[in-house]
Amino acid sequence: MTDLTNPQPASAPRNQWLDVWDQFKSHRGALIGSVIFLLIIATVYVGPLIWRIDPQFLPQGRDFITLRDTRPIWVGLWDSSAKVNWAHPLGTDNLGRDTLARLMFGGQVSIAVGLTAMLLSLLLGTLVGVLAGFTRKLDGPLMRLTDLFLALPLLPLILVASLLFRESLSAAFGPEGGTFLLIVILIGITSWMPTARIVRGDVLALKEREFVLAARSIGTTNNKLILRHILPNVLSPIMVSATLGIATAIITESALSFLGFGFPPDFPTWGRLLNDGVDRLVSFPERSILPGVMISLTVLSVNYLGDGLRDALDPRIRGR
Amino acid sequence: MLTFTIRRLVLAVPTLLFISLVIFLLLELAPGDPMAQVPLTVPPEVKEKMREALGLGQPMHVRFWKWLVQFFWIEPQVLVDHYFGTTFSEGDLRVISWQTRSPVMDIVIQRLPQTLWVVGTAYVVGILIALPIGIYSAYRQYSWFDQAGTFISMVGFSVPPFFSGVLVIVIFSVNLGWFPSIYDTTLVVDDWESFRRQLLQMVMPVTVLALQITAQISRFMRASMLDNLNQDYVRTARAKGLGERTVVMVHVLRNSMIPVVTVIALGVPSIFGGAIITEQVFKVNGIGQLLIGAIQANDLPMVQTLTFIFAVLIVLFNLVADVLYGLLDPRIRYD
Repeated sequence: MTDLTNPQPASAPRNQWLDVWDQFKSHRGALIGSVIFLLIIATVYVGPLIWRIDPQFLPQGRDFITLRDTRPIWVGLWDSSAKVNWAHPLGTDNLGRDTLARLMFGGQVSIAVGLTAMLLSLLLGTLVGVLAGFTRKLDGPLMRLTDLFLALPLLPLILVASLLFRESLSAAFGPEGGTFLLIVILIGITSWMPTARIVRGDVLALKEREFVLAARSIGTTNNKLILRHILPNVLSPIMVSATLGIATAIITESALSFLGFGFPPDFPTWGRLLNDGVDRLVSFPERSILPGVMISLTVLSVNYLGDGLRDALDPRIRGR
Repeated sequence: MLTFTIRRLVLAVPTLLFISLVIFLLLELAPGDPMAQVPLTVPPEVKEKMREALGLGQPMHVRFWKWLVQFFWIEPQVLVDHYFGTTFSEGDLRVISWQTRSPVMDIVIQRLPQTLWVVGTAYVVGILIALPIGIYSAYRQYSWFDQAGTFISMVGFSVPPFFSGVLVIVIFSVNLGWFPSIYDTTLVVDDWESFRRQLLQMVMPVTVLALQITAQISRFMRASMLDNLNQDYVRTARAKGLGERTVVMVHVLRNSMIPVVTVIALGVPSIFGGAIITEQVFKVNGIGQLLIGAIQANDLPMVQTLTFIFAVLIVLFNLVADVLYGLLDPRIRYD
């Protein structure tokens, strides 16, 4: 009975996001994954400010001979005849360009492609999902469109399209900018379907809830209803597909670069660096392995982040 | 069930037509010219004739219709002719590759066995490894085996095949010298020695593909087992005194396999897509490499046919998965 006589709660109710954070913290893999992902982003974007070697710098004349084909410094541990140089701790490539600087530059491109493509695919997926879930008339056609997109052979089509539109986009935005735009758009318009399906399902369920009826009865317009009441409630599945989207986008970009359909050869990305190293794999295995490890580490950490986020944002798991 | 299957089959036709139209329209935009490699000394009138001989120069819808007829009407006739020695397709124009000036389907048929061998073996191996892992890690949830399995399947998800392929080449081919790094498609298996060589060269591509498949399917198997292990019928089975082995391996497993079987069916086409990259890494002379080569050489009929074959695979296995789901689970009948 004391509860009734004293209706004031003892402490202020906890913020929902604090609960989410508590659950997220308890998932050790997710915590480590997010730390590693943030570290990679920091290294790749802040690193070049400290390690001020131009990744495109080509040594000339005598320097070219002395600087080219240096191995990473740890090779000197077991092979005393290896050509190592403390000025280039990760070695140089066959043109004398510094591997560490190229890895950081390539990482900037790969992560920028991943983030932008993820944003585009989220935008498309949420738009289609909300429209299909909210307006009954559009539901059928939009979902058939989603099914059709899911039935397309995506990798072959991306490969074909990346070759077809390269010329025109390169002419308009320069070779690097054009390719960036091309790859981001291609990945974006081929990966929005899962998000659209999840969002539609959630919107369909939310639409029948009382708070939507309440909001509608006080005269909220459809736009406000979607923005203020529906979207915040479908945020958690969107966030989970966002993390998974980054992972697939980075892998697709690297695969394109690996197959030779990505950025121009002198413009390093992780996939491109890996591909360039394959030809001299026997003498210089690190040239393929280092970018490969970076791709795998980034994708692995993002996947763990998404795993933890999914557990943390699911209220059914959170209480336990 | 039969009406459902027939309805889905009929629905698949407009889907496939739409997809073939999308592919056709996309390739219409291609800037390439099949006459680019013809010497400059050939006069323009002759070039125009050659272009017409390849079926170009007609309006778009006519060419689309011709391609449809060639693919769906003439090519099956060629197949029938090949097997039964009939002459249905005599004198009909088949889909001709611009690279080799020979029928596209002949080349595809030549390349298909290599892909099927590598991809098929990898898929079977991956499933055979994944199922026991999934079952055991669900049965002992949160044990060290489960934790290790989760980590390994996360790694399998995250390491792209073009890196794991390069990695196994560096380790097993360059440093240890156990396996050849290039898949030799001209190898004829006729005795034990060549069979051993065939096995050796298949190990690495199969491992790389199987790692990905295992990662995906063992996750599904585990989740599906976990869903079923807490059900009431499991308690009933234990309560009536059935052995633990029977409960898990018969009662739970049979129910857990329902979603897993559909996932396995759905995964087949995406594995063909993934094989494009693996084939490139190990230089397997399969349809993935054929596609890459055709795209680079601007061989549009080849690209169109191959992409469409991939699309047919996707639609077909979606259908198979739906039908299997209905057959295996009596609670789901699409009527």
